[in-house]
Amino acid sequence: MDFDFKEEQLQLADALRRWIARDYTFEARRAIIASPAGVSEAAWRTLAELGLTALPLPEAHGGFDGDAADMFVVMQELGRGLVVEPYFATMLAAECLRRGGRQGALLERVAGGGLKLACALGERQSRHDLRDIETRATRDGAGWRLNGEKKVVLHGAQAGMLVVSARSDGAPRDEAGITLFAVAADAPGVTVRDVRMLDGQRAADVLLRDVPVASEAQVGTADAGWTILEAVADYGAGLLCAEALGAMDALFGATLDYLKTRQQFGVPIGKFQALQHRMADMYVHLEQARSMALLAAVSLAGEARGDGAAAGRRRAVAAAKYRVGQAARFVGQQAIQLHGGMGVTDELPASHYFKRLSTIALTLGDCDHHLARFIAQPGFFDEEAA
Amino acid sequence: MDLTYSGDDLAFRDQVRAFLAAELPADLRQKVTNHLRLRKDDYVRWHHILARQGWAAPGWPREYGGPGWTPVQRHIFEEECARAGTPPVLPFGVNMVAPVIMAFGSQAQKDYYLPRILACEDWWCQGYSEPGAGSDLAALKTTAVRDGDDYVVNGQKTWTTLAQYADMIFCLVRTDAGVRKQEGISFLLIDMHTPGITVRPIIMLDEDHEVNEVFFDDVRVPVANLVGAENQGWTYAKYLLGHERTGIAAVGRSRQELARLKALARREHKDGAPLLRDPLFAAKVADLEIELMALEMTVLRVLADPHKAPGPEASMLKVRGTEIQQRLSELMVEAAGPLALPFDPVYLEGEREHSVIDDDVAAPLLAHYFNFRKTSIYGGSNEIQRNIIAQMILGL
Repeated sequence: MDFDFKEEQLQLADALRRWIARDYTFEARRAIIASPAGVSEAAWRTLAELGLTALPLPEAHGGFDGDAADMFVVMQELGRGLVVEPYFATMLAAECLRRGGRQGALLERVAGGGLKLACALGERQSRHDLRDIETRATRDGAGWRLNGEKKVVLHGAQAGMLVVSARSDGAPRDEAGITLFAVAADAPGVTVRDVRMLDGQRAADVLLRDVPVASEAQVGTADAGWTILEAVADYGAGLLCAEALGAMDALFGATLDYLKTRQQFGVPIGKFQALQHRMADMYVHLEQARSMALLAAVSLAGEARGDGAAAGRRRAVAAAKYRVGQAARFVGQQAIQLHGGMGVTDELPASHYFKRLSTIALTLGDCDHHLARFIAQPGFFDEEAA
Repeated sequence: MDLTYSGDDLAFRDQVRAFLAAELPADLRQKVTNHLRLRKDDYVRWHHILARQGWAAPGWPREYGGPGWTPVQRHIFEEECARAGTPPVLPFGVNMVAPVIMAFGSQAQKDYYLPRILACEDWWCQGYSEPGAGSDLAALKTTAVRDGDDYVVNGQKTWTTLAQYADMIFCLVRTDAGVRKQEGISFLLIDMHTPGITVRPIIMLDEDHEVNEVFFDDVRVPVANLVGAENQGWTYAKYLLGHERTGIAAVGRSRQELARLKALARREHKDGAPLLRDPLFAAKVADLEIELMALEMTVLRVLADPHKAPGPEASMLKVRGTEIQQRLSELMVEAAGPLALPFDPVYLEGEREHSVIDDDVAAPLLAHYFNFRKTSIYGGSNEIQRNIIAQMILGL
């Protein structure tokens, strides 16, 4: 048993942390958020130079074959630094391409930092159910034609390519009959409408009107996209758990500092027991969430190595996203409360962490979604006394 | 990062598992898993079985007759005991007074008491709390006044667990009233058969006799029974608090209880389907299961970190561990529904044949639920544990 991160992982985290402290300060971030693009090309180049865009990609396509534990370290630092660059969106879509195969050329461009990606999965009616797809893929000669509308596509307007889920067969919510496609963001018939989110990140609505797609742009097997999608969603949920953990860690630390410095009634407010107990409860939430985020990462990495089953991964990730979501809510809300009036301003990082944590909770499945998934997994109902 | 046990640890687990399968008496297992009331003989019998194997004191070093296990091995042993449904090893001798004697006792005390604790020749109880000294333990008033080769002890202890069986009590007593309250306390070992000691039962809300008041009326205790130095007792008591505390999370016991909860919720039905299929009930069980998964990982993280003395972290494990235990006991009752209401002490004493009760699973649950309200109060209330987290870990 070993809970330590490897030396290279720690060095990477350290490099990332130093870059954020120097170049991605709270004020620099604020300027990036306010810019028309909403992301920073300079920051992206740095992420590529640090090797982050290549980290989880296959060695054959210029990557480093990093696993979910490696990515845990990265996402934790991005969470701590409140980085708004389209890293998560790109890596999530890259994971789709990696699993689909035959998209090596695109992955190579991603690894080198020259291409950003996004996943166009959710729709108006789908809530957290990625099977619920009404966007149609119809055969058109050797290729396909796509029609439909995708909602809240994270960093959709900042991406060069979109991974789109579409229904090639069956009814909405069927697992069979889903096909994934890699579509250029500027392809004919694609309209991308950029919107801000309150956490400072961007999302987009993507309208697909008679979009022609060549057969080579198909990701994975036709009608069998769900096998990719369900695994990638868990991979993404695992990354988000790590990002949330980093954000919670930083928010908790900032709150602790505030309690030690803010004076009322002639003493630091951290001397008051009501506040001390709140902090103790936040600490327990944080540590329990950390345990589950680690469990999710290890379980994802284990499955990728081939020494863990998909059922175990689903169970671990569902549990982790649920538990991290609960902690994010408690730690986030209480951190704001303990900051008092300053907590509800835009001026301190505290509210920005809270907003990011709240966004993560609504991304790739909320607490109820994952609790229901956990219940539906083998091992919940049938588990026998040992 | 690797969260699996090593091959050696797995071999050790198999060894423990085989031993428990062969040696745990079926009647004890049945009593433990069904929350029936354990009596002195039950504890002693199990202690002797472990002692024959050399496993009665898992945390002890080899030089005193312990197995010299690593923290991970001790964790595995606890897990396997929980899985098998063994009675707990009573902590007062093995885990509480013994480490203090090892660290601060005289050679004579070590030579005399430690082998007797290992063999369970004495039943120990703990004389800490007093009517006026609960969470504020250092406010204790029981006095020990030096008189020749004796201390003369006067005062009252309370919440003394299973003192009705005890041969020995380790006490915090006041030996100097003129200094700061923490600085005038000494650690005394007192023979419960000494004249002047009276034990009075306290009946708890589940009508069980588990704790007592112990009165000391001019009790003469040889000075040789003082552990360490006079007026250093508070330091020794605090040392004890920092000693091996991951077990306090009771993860293994809770995991077993969760399995029993699920079995009960599959047996009971609502609207024609197993209760565990009911979305509202399933959500509560799943929430609890996930919390327990997280706690298990947290325990392993504390165990695996050699830099971290499992001191203040134990407070977190105690808070969450006991909250989980209480929630389990609550959901067990909820699952049983009205079947949990009939109460018969005769049944709980293990005399099923003389009892009117006919549901073995449901019968003890409500008493157990009431009984387990104690877990967030004893061993430093969960509010005191939150103080410790805030002050010792967070520096507030």
